[in-house]
Amino acid sequence: MRYISMSIVAFAIWLLWSGHYTFDHTLILILGILSCGFVVYLVSRLDIVDEEGIQINLARHLIVYIPWLLWAIFKANIDVAKRILNPKLPIAPRIVRVKGTQKTDLCRVIFANSITLTPGTVSLDLDEEEIVVHALTEEAADDVQSGDMDHRVTTLEQ
Amino acid sequence: MIIIDILSWICLILGCILCMIGGLGLLRLPDFYSRMHGGGITDTLGAGLVLLGLMFQGGLTMVTVKLVMILVILLLTSPTSTHAVGKAAFTSGLKPFLSDPANKGKNEHD
Amino acid sequence: MFIAAMIGILVTMALALCRALLGPTVYDRILSVNMFGTKTVLFIAVLGFLTGRPDFLDLALIYVLINFIGTLAILKFVTYNDLGADPEKENRTQTP
Repeated sequence: MRYISMSIVAFAIWLLWSGHYTFDHTLILILGILSCGFVVYLVSRLDIVDEEGIQINLARHLIVYIPWLLWAIFKANIDVAKRILNPKLPIAPRIVRVKGTQKTDLCRVIFANSITLTPGTVSLDLDEEEIVVHALTEEAADDVQSGDMDHRVTTLEQ
Repeated sequence: MIIIDILSWICLILGCILCMIGGLGLLRLPDFYSRMHGGGITDTLGAGLVLLGLMFQGGLTMVTVKLVMILVILLLTSPTSTHAVGKAAFTSGLKPFLSDPANKGKNEHD
Repeated sequence: MFIAAMIGILVTMALALCRALLGPTVYDRILSVNMFGTKTVLFIAVLGFLTGRPDFLDLALIYVLINFIGTLAILKFVTYNDLGADPEKENRTQTP
């Protein structure tokens, strides 16, 4: 069942990007269908399709989360750019450990990726409970340790 | 029409300047772990602003859809590869340059 | 104006290349090559607009994916000395 929905999604994406909506070039359409089938066959051999699928709930929360994340990225970018351009502003690299309270793997990955996406903090390692974060400045380290982002990602699960 | 043009040029030029700042950071920051932050600037806001400027030029067409897809894939893959490089360096035991917490805020880089 | 943007991107690529040549560790080099790839994607996209051929965007789209896979492949080869290694088994070999 999952493989069927996956082939449908793959063919929809192929149709969107190729731009062949009519039956003018039937051969190309057939080749597209064949290539989608081949890709699904390869994926089934790799055995990497998991049980999780796409959650509708998550998409609803993401609408709130993504603009906040973009704004955080914007602020952090300006800060790091200033520190690179001006040698007088100090940098103080440090390694901190941040607790992640997420339960599902998907939300843990979203949290770690959000940390890395924000300049000034990079997630180096993650295990079941903690994420090892390298922070460029003290402010960035305090920011990620305050738990604001962690809290926001955790609300994605509800 | 002219306003959209001006907006697009501002986005393009700002994006290029941010990219150059990121490249400069890659050169002059003191150690590997700090350099990852310099690379992060070009991957997020630099690339985002350049692609946004191109979107203004493209208008509401197929071109913009492709630009949005490029941006989304870039924002999904670039932290993953940065994390992979960082994790490989961390587990292989590369020592980070850490500031002494006793006199924090005082050390100059370079 | 597209030419100004292209020059900016080329300067960034030159800076990344400098770090790839200087880089004391192999991870510095991988990081700057990864950044070089990201800038190539932007360069191809701007070039498509400059020459008025938006088909170039398809190439940029493919290049994003190849860049990601390529970085991971190089990283795996450097770390395990083997592209087919299984990271779960912790059978890490020493790099010479």
